[in-house]
Amino acid sequence: MKYLSEYRDAELVAQYMEEIHRTATRPWTIMEVCGGQTHSLVKNGLLQMLPDKVRMVHGPGCPVCVTPLYQIDKAVYLAEHEGVILCSYGDMLRVPGSKHSLLESKAAGADVRILYSPLEAVKIAQENPGKEVVFFAVGFETTAPANALSVLHAQRAGVQNYSILTSHVLVPPAMEAVMNDDESNIQGFLAAGHVCSIMGIDEYYPLAEQFQTPIVVTGFEPVDLAQGILMVVRQLEKGEHKLENQYSRVVRPEGNLEARKVLEQVFETSDREWRGIGNIPMSGYELRPAFSAFDANIKFKVNIEKVPESVECIAGQVLKGIKKPQECPQFGKKCKPQSPLGAPMVSSEGACAAYYHFSQVMEEIEA
Amino acid sequence: MGAEKKLKMQLQCPMPKLDFDIITLGHGSGGLLTNRLLDSGVFDLLKNELLDERHDGAIFDIEAGRMAFSTDSYVISPIFFPGGNIGELAVNGTVNDLAMCGAQARYLSLSFILEEGLTMQEFWEVLVGIKYAAENAGVKIVTGDTKVVERGKGDKIFINTSGVGMLHTRADIRKSRVQVGDKILISGPIATHGIAILSVRQGLDFETSIVSDSTNLNHTVISLLDVFGPDIHLLHDPTRGGVATVLNELARDIRLGIDLEERAIPVLEEVAGACELLGLDPLYVANEGVFITIVAAEAAESVLEVLRADPNGASAAIIGTVTEEHPRQVLLHSKIGGKRVVNMPVGEQLPRIC
Repeated sequence: MKYLSEYRDAELVAQYMEEIHRTATRPWTIMEVCGGQTHSLVKNGLLQMLPDKVRMVHGPGCPVCVTPLYQIDKAVYLAEHEGVILCSYGDMLRVPGSKHSLLESKAAGADVRILYSPLEAVKIAQENPGKEVVFFAVGFETTAPANALSVLHAQRAGVQNYSILTSHVLVPPAMEAVMNDDESNIQGFLAAGHVCSIMGIDEYYPLAEQFQTPIVVTGFEPVDLAQGILMVVRQLEKGEHKLENQYSRVVRPEGNLEARKVLEQVFETSDREWRGIGNIPMSGYELRPAFSAFDANIKFKVNIEKVPESVECIAGQVLKGIKKPQECPQFGKKCKPQSPLGAPMVSSEGACAAYYHFSQVMEEIEA
Repeated sequence: MGAEKKLKMQLQCPMPKLDFDIITLGHGSGGLLTNRLLDSGVFDLLKNELLDERHDGAIFDIEAGRMAFSTDSYVISPIFFPGGNIGELAVNGTVNDLAMCGAQARYLSLSFILEEGLTMQEFWEVLVGIKYAAENAGVKIVTGDTKVVERGKGDKIFINTSGVGMLHTRADIRKSRVQVGDKILISGPIATHGIAILSVRQGLDFETSIVSDSTNLNHTVISLLDVFGPDIHLLHDPTRGGVATVLNELARDIRLGIDLEERAIPVLEEVAGACELLGLDPLYVANEGVFITIVAAEAAESVLEVLRADPNGASAAIIGTVTEEHPRQVLLHSKIGGKRVVNMPVGEQLPRIC
């Protein structure tokens, strides 16, 4: 708990905020990439402490938010029609598919289980040899190593009734997609600290150079974020575009070599569809052919139609920071946390949910 | 001290010798087997003159005054968890609901829906838990019912308790009494019970020393009412949905705002750690052995002092204020000086992915 109290120090945060106020001379738009960073900014009330000039935009770093509708429908189908034990991380359960969510499938009798670790899912497979167990492998590079490890464990233990439904996404291609969009006006990035703790920071140098934008890798505590934002603002004011590592207590330049080895062994990069954004080339992971026995996409023939996204949901523009949630015509009307049209309203880290729970209300209060 | 007493009771109450060791459908059918269950001595644990009548209902005298009546059902799974079992919860829950009305619980009804296949040993332990809790609370179980459902149609045991109690003569507990400026107090650390339960739920089990703090709060509440009477405007126990839900409901009902001070909210270090690990917000986690009291501003410090002197209130704290600003909203002042709205949760809190 030692690090937690130091990086949650109110005085330190206040000092950084003061410095940000002093340093920013003109408006800047900064994107924090990771949903966990969004969550912390909102939960700690940091957004209101920043000067009006510094505008934070919530990025596409919420794996729940970017999982395509089709993938959720696949998971629902597997749970309901193939009689599998569908295991998933908690927050995936509430995201609505084209018909309903995994939580609703569960209520209707499907065997859907919330797990913290995919290794638990392998255990369940071993304990239920008569049933197929599928783990909904969602997440960025942070969760990928554990998912890869689960496949290796299953292979080693000779488990034949375990597979993963891969929906992994990678951060750097997402940042590229954001910057390549002409409508985007992001000037600086807070890069995702835990993703970088796995992958290291090398991939970000070329991005900073190519798009001439400062990128600062930050942690998730209030002091981390305040310090990280200051570092970006300082660079912006000086016209610099470097990569900096604020989270050096956790992130090493080379990342976690063991984890990277496992990833390299089990996964290969592939094109991936991002909900609301569309296809981003080489932005996801698929299991290598050697592990096809553990690939739920190969094991099960899922013949369901690809339902298009709700036309009313502007998730893509929100995730790229082009529109703010409140600018969506359905925000707070048809689209609310209890009846979401798209994933950014469902996940507690989604931009729309964060705004719904906080900023929208604050505007009402201040009005 | 509670743990020792509990252990003592378990040792002092050995299960009677029975010639059956699981509950079957017959035990709920009302015939021979039901009577065998009733005569087995299993219910002797709850013996009192009213229950012993074994009539369709209990008949008793009451004095003049106002009475409170409450009911609750208990479906918790697993039925045994660190710090207790479903039986104790069932007694404490209704005793506490009556206390939240400002009443001293006097009589409870006790209904079981048992799942075929439940072992007598498990049933016995639940009954011991009920006896223990009832004794602590000073409450009598005077009428009851036992039904049995087919295997697969229950979850080992479901319990309903309903209770009556006389209102404290100085109690005037009503939402409409809550006013701008009132102080909000919590009697102890939050989220303890919820995390204790989670630690034994499948898929989430982790090693911990956290035990449920489920206990009867009636004596504590009555002593507060003795001293402060009408200065206590409202009492509420933040069970399902946690402190956030209870305060949101209140704010909406009374159309006033609530300001909470994150720094002041007591949470046990291990519980806070578990919440961090699981990605849960303690404000939304279920509680059992704590209650919220909303009191007149001028009485707040004295109420705190009296609470802290009570064994159930040692970590009590003033955590917030009722305000006319941001009506119907609960606003939290975070530890680092920021502000955020604490919303009503949408359904059950799901652990975050990363």
